[in-house]
Amino acid sequence: MTDSQTGTPQTGTPQIKQGFAEMFKGGVIMDVVTADQARIAEAAGATAVMALERVPADIRKDGGVARMSDPSMIKEIIGAVTIPVMAKARIGHIVEAQILQALGVDFIDESEVLTPADDQFHILKHGFKVPFVCGAKNLGEALRRIGEGASMIRTKGEAGTGNVIEAVRHARTILGEIRAIQTRPPEELMTVARDLQAPYDLIQYVHAHGKLPVVNFAAGGIATPADAALMMHLGLDGVFVGSGIFKSDNPERRAHAIVKAVTHFDNPDMLAEISENLGAPMTGINIDDLIPAERLASRGW
Amino acid sequence: MTQPTLGVLALQGAFREHRHRLQTLGAPVKEVRLPADLRGLSGLIIPGGESTTMARLMTDYVLWQPVRDFYARGGALWGTCAGAILLARDVQGAPPQFGVQDSLNLMDIRVRRNAFGRQVDSFTTPLAVAGLQQPFPAVFIRAPVIERVGEGVEILAEHDGQVVLARQGRLLASSFHPELTLDPRLHELFLGLVNETVLESVR
Repeated sequence: MTDSQTGTPQTGTPQIKQGFAEMFKGGVIMDVVTADQARIAEAAGATAVMALERVPADIRKDGGVARMSDPSMIKEIIGAVTIPVMAKARIGHIVEAQILQALGVDFIDESEVLTPADDQFHILKHGFKVPFVCGAKNLGEALRRIGEGASMIRTKGEAGTGNVIEAVRHARTILGEIRAIQTRPPEELMTVARDLQAPYDLIQYVHAHGKLPVVNFAAGGIATPADAALMMHLGLDGVFVGSGIFKSDNPERRAHAIVKAVTHFDNPDMLAEISENLGAPMTGINIDDLIPAERLASRGW
Repeated sequence: MTQPTLGVLALQGAFREHRHRLQTLGAPVKEVRLPADLRGLSGLIIPGGESTTMARLMTDYVLWQPVRDFYARGGALWGTCAGAILLARDVQGAPPQFGVQDSLNLMDIRVRRNAFGRQVDSFTTPLAVAGLQQPFPAVFIRAPVIERVGEGVEILAEHDGQVVLARQGRLLASSFHPELTLDPRLHELFLGLVNETVLESVR
């Protein structure tokens, strides 16, 4: 990040966009589909809400094309809470992103949970004032998205399943690849960039700093406080929870417990207390039972 | 003389950036998540993040009174952005369903949340700060402003006629994010304030 020592006020700079994402760290971002749910999320201690028409579990169940939400619903949620409001645009859907920016959403998620609009290209995010978060399964994918201007990365996981295995796989992949790059001598980095299909300057950043240049959250299949704490334990900066909260028996208690679990992820006594008597979690889906077409994480590249 | 130990409230938000900056300046640092973590500290930074989230967690972990007691014992406090909101006597712009937003009620200032607008309105600007030779590169993210200052509150910086940096004795409040820049001068200022306090209590 660079310092702005001179000149007049500037908006929409990488420093502003990435700095905003830093404020979510150690926090939970919750999917909501109504203003009431947004208020519950805010009261439970969410650092932001993601406004969408259907949570991933319902998108999975209903099928069909999943698109950006109705602007009136997004406006209602913006009016209901004072924490930041995020909303999802389809991969490559430049116009949905422009509409979300015009609505004043605080962050756009270019998300594989919606049906992709473009099977070749993601949105060039540098041109937008509003910051973007994008999903990634591995380091190359994460760095390509950052190269396009993403200010935040989330692991993809397998949304709407309540099954954390894919989130763990993607987190371990990205963090493992970062550690592997750190051990390489500088003269090998161009070849690493070629192999990962990632921008060379970002490979150099990862080599020097041992982390992504932006905040990295976990997502996809997180259903319990222990799941959330596991993702923090692996080394991520925070978590997104979707269907896991409002598809469970007692959303208020569960939302609150997951927020606490992220703060105290390294305190097992506290986690034991937090995890008690939450009611039934969402019913999960065994990922091996999904046919390839039902896998959301394979969207995006 | 041993260096005083600083704490950074690590419930959520930009606590790592503050910790790293203090460590770069050679100060011993501890992350504070529970009341017991306050033991042995001379100063505490309350970072930026989401003030509603942090307030909720302060209640959950019974931190309000222990932090007030820490101040009463002579500790110094610095709130940045959301942290400034938590220091204030009077908070405006909280969600109506929350009623009055909880705060530490320590610094005689009135703070308005999200005073500059939403994220698309967030900005960086060089800021003239009392006592600093060169402007400070201030990062304002969905930032609050200090609408009113009480007696004994010293205004250290204003932007567009609105107060964005103020000090009251051992309390410092900034509505912007010094931890997101490479400029250490405000952290040095806070360390100075903590050292003054230690010297006073020794006297």
